[in-house]
Amino acid sequence: MTDMLTVLAPDGATKKGFEAGLPDEELLHCYRTMLLVRSFDEICLKLQRAGRIGFSIPNLGIEATQVGAASALRKTDWIFPSYRDFGMALYHGIPAVEMMHNMFGNAEDSAKGRQMPVHFSFVEPIHFYSISSPIGTHLPHAVGAAHASKLRGEDTVHLVSFGDGGTSSLGFHSGLNFAAVWKSPVVFLCQNNGYAISCPSEQQTASDGYAVKAEAYGMPHATVDGNDLFAVRQAVLEAAERARRGEGPTLIEAVTFRMGGHSTSDDPTKYVPAELVEEWRQKDPVDRFRRFLERKGLMTPEQDEAMRADTLAEIDRAAKAAEATAAPGLETIFSDVFAEVPDHIRKQGEFLFDLSQRRGEADAGDGEFPL
Amino acid sequence: MANLTLIQAVNDGLRTVMKADDSVVVFGEDVGPKGGVFLATEGLTADFGESRCFDTPLSEDGIIGTAVGMAMNGLRPVAEIQFQDFIFPAFDQIVSEAAKLRYRSGGQYTAPMVIRTPYGGGIRGGLYHSQSGEAYFAHTAGLKVVIPSTPHDAKGLLIASIQDPDPVLFMEPKALYRSVKGEVPEGEYTVDLSTLRTVREGGDVTIYCYGAMVPVVERAAAQAAEQRGIDCLVVDLRTLMPLDEEGVLEAAKQTGRVVVVHEAPRFCGYGAEISALIAEHCIEYMEAPVRRVTGFDTPFPNTLEHHYLPDDRRVLDAIESVYDF
Repeated sequence: MTDMLTVLAPDGATKKGFEAGLPDEELLHCYRTMLLVRSFDEICLKLQRAGRIGFSIPNLGIEATQVGAASALRKTDWIFPSYRDFGMALYHGIPAVEMMHNMFGNAEDSAKGRQMPVHFSFVEPIHFYSISSPIGTHLPHAVGAAHASKLRGEDTVHLVSFGDGGTSSLGFHSGLNFAAVWKSPVVFLCQNNGYAISCPSEQQTASDGYAVKAEAYGMPHATVDGNDLFAVRQAVLEAAERARRGEGPTLIEAVTFRMGGHSTSDDPTKYVPAELVEEWRQKDPVDRFRRFLERKGLMTPEQDEAMRADTLAEIDRAAKAAEATAAPGLETIFSDVFAEVPDHIRKQGEFLFDLSQRRGEADAGDGEFPL
Repeated sequence: MANLTLIQAVNDGLRTVMKADDSVVVFGEDVGPKGGVFLATEGLTADFGESRCFDTPLSEDGIIGTAVGMAMNGLRPVAEIQFQDFIFPAFDQIVSEAAKLRYRSGGQYTAPMVIRTPYGGGIRGGLYHSQSGEAYFAHTAGLKVVIPSTPHDAKGLLIASIQDPDPVLFMEPKALYRSVKGEVPEGEYTVDLSTLRTVREGGDVTIYCYGAMVPVVERAAAQAAEQRGIDCLVVDLRTLMPLDEEGVLEAAKQTGRVVVVHEAPRFCGYGAEISALIAEHCIEYMEAPVRRVTGFDTPFPNTLEHHYLPDDRRVLDAIESVYDF
């Protein structure tokens, strides 16, 4: 594999002369965001096992890639995420309760309960693009959105994130090819987390890693230690600056490891060797960053303990608030198909609304079909 | 008013919106300096510049996928798929992405874009330059499907489609590109989507058709009047999704005898939807079973395409059979 950029050693040491380039409060924000992701996962797993939500996607092991990449972006930039990326949204200040609304699919969910859990969509305070389940379809979207920014002469960067499995998709090829030809301001972030559900990398590609694929498209690339927040941040910053200068896209491969299952419906012990998980546990991205903060005098074990309790409490409050929020109204099945509701859809809505009312079902609410 | 062919009307429509709205961009395979394989985009790069009308790599998935991205970020993309037969690599982008974006994001992200594509037979194009895939797309929630049959409608519907807030698949009957001519107003005008056009008034038999089948039906209707004194009401559907269902039912009630004509295969074709609507909502008005005149349930043949495509002979046969029932 190509040389891999690492800045932060597993013991939290950095190379001599390394400057994070981030103020102390920002470093603490990075760490707290990673803890929030971990707390979110922990609580969602419990909720799912208790049958209170249907599904969740764990992020254990990937947190530094998410937060390191997000920390290199401006609020005016766009994020085109995979379903294992919401740490990027948390980093930019989208409240956890907004995500919990989606986990419960309730009336406050920005997707109005239409999507499975973990399919977030946000526009403020940063564009965190609506997640689709089919793999790789969002790469060309990022390129198109970037092309629009470029035509208007903006310096907006569009970061699109996907997994190692995503590199085999149609959208990977068309996305990288179009972006390279058009010199689009896009950062392609491949999170090589070892597995596409159960399929390891050697079943995904015969090439020497994923970053090298960029060469065929005529695009610069970098391979970074995905469990090293600073390495990811540095690579994304460099790629973003290149994009802002009009020099086009970059492919970054962040080498990391999914220490949990693909989802709450998956049992990774069936296909991931236990010793591999143990090997990666030694490189845990959150522990590594904490050791850095400790060395820098920014964190004591007591402060760490308090921050962990605080993030768990924050996620717990978010989950309780989301669970207490009502389900979406029946009309949300029929709205937003088109900007205006066409007659045939309105009639179908009126039929369902009327049937529910006649049967005295609570979902119908009061009064007339509201569309 | 200018007397234009259908392809000239498409070009005129593109020019009209590009002049009025800087956010409209036109792209696809060979649409730039060459002007497209049918010359729909002729002169646009020269007149509006390379940033407004440009060539793309040869990837339908990339063309539609990037169009979705442009649309969500403030542009009004008009993407060309060179032949409708080539659209299927982009099926996922159209059906699962463009069409679903508004719904799945609760309206936070939308895809106001137009996909223009020539469809249908009549040019000896064989399996892969002749297909009529409208039924695949009309079945998709969140996608509008528009098919013009005259130069006037081609321009007016195209402008309305580009100005529409939702994704529109604009299917152009390539057989009519240069075989029909008509008066086309200069400057900007629109033909509302989801409206029907009455091609010919009549009280005996109602015929629904669209695209390249409209002139075929007109010829058959004229023969029916001349040979048998049968007066046909000919309705050009123009927008297949969302359909003016009330208008369709009204037209069926006027005669009680219905023929539906399309060149796409019969099974699960658009005619099945029209038949079902009539069966569900106005069967009590019917004097005869609905007849469908369609392409056969086979791939599209090359040498014998004139036997595959519905012609005035087959349409006339259907008119007579519902009239004489």
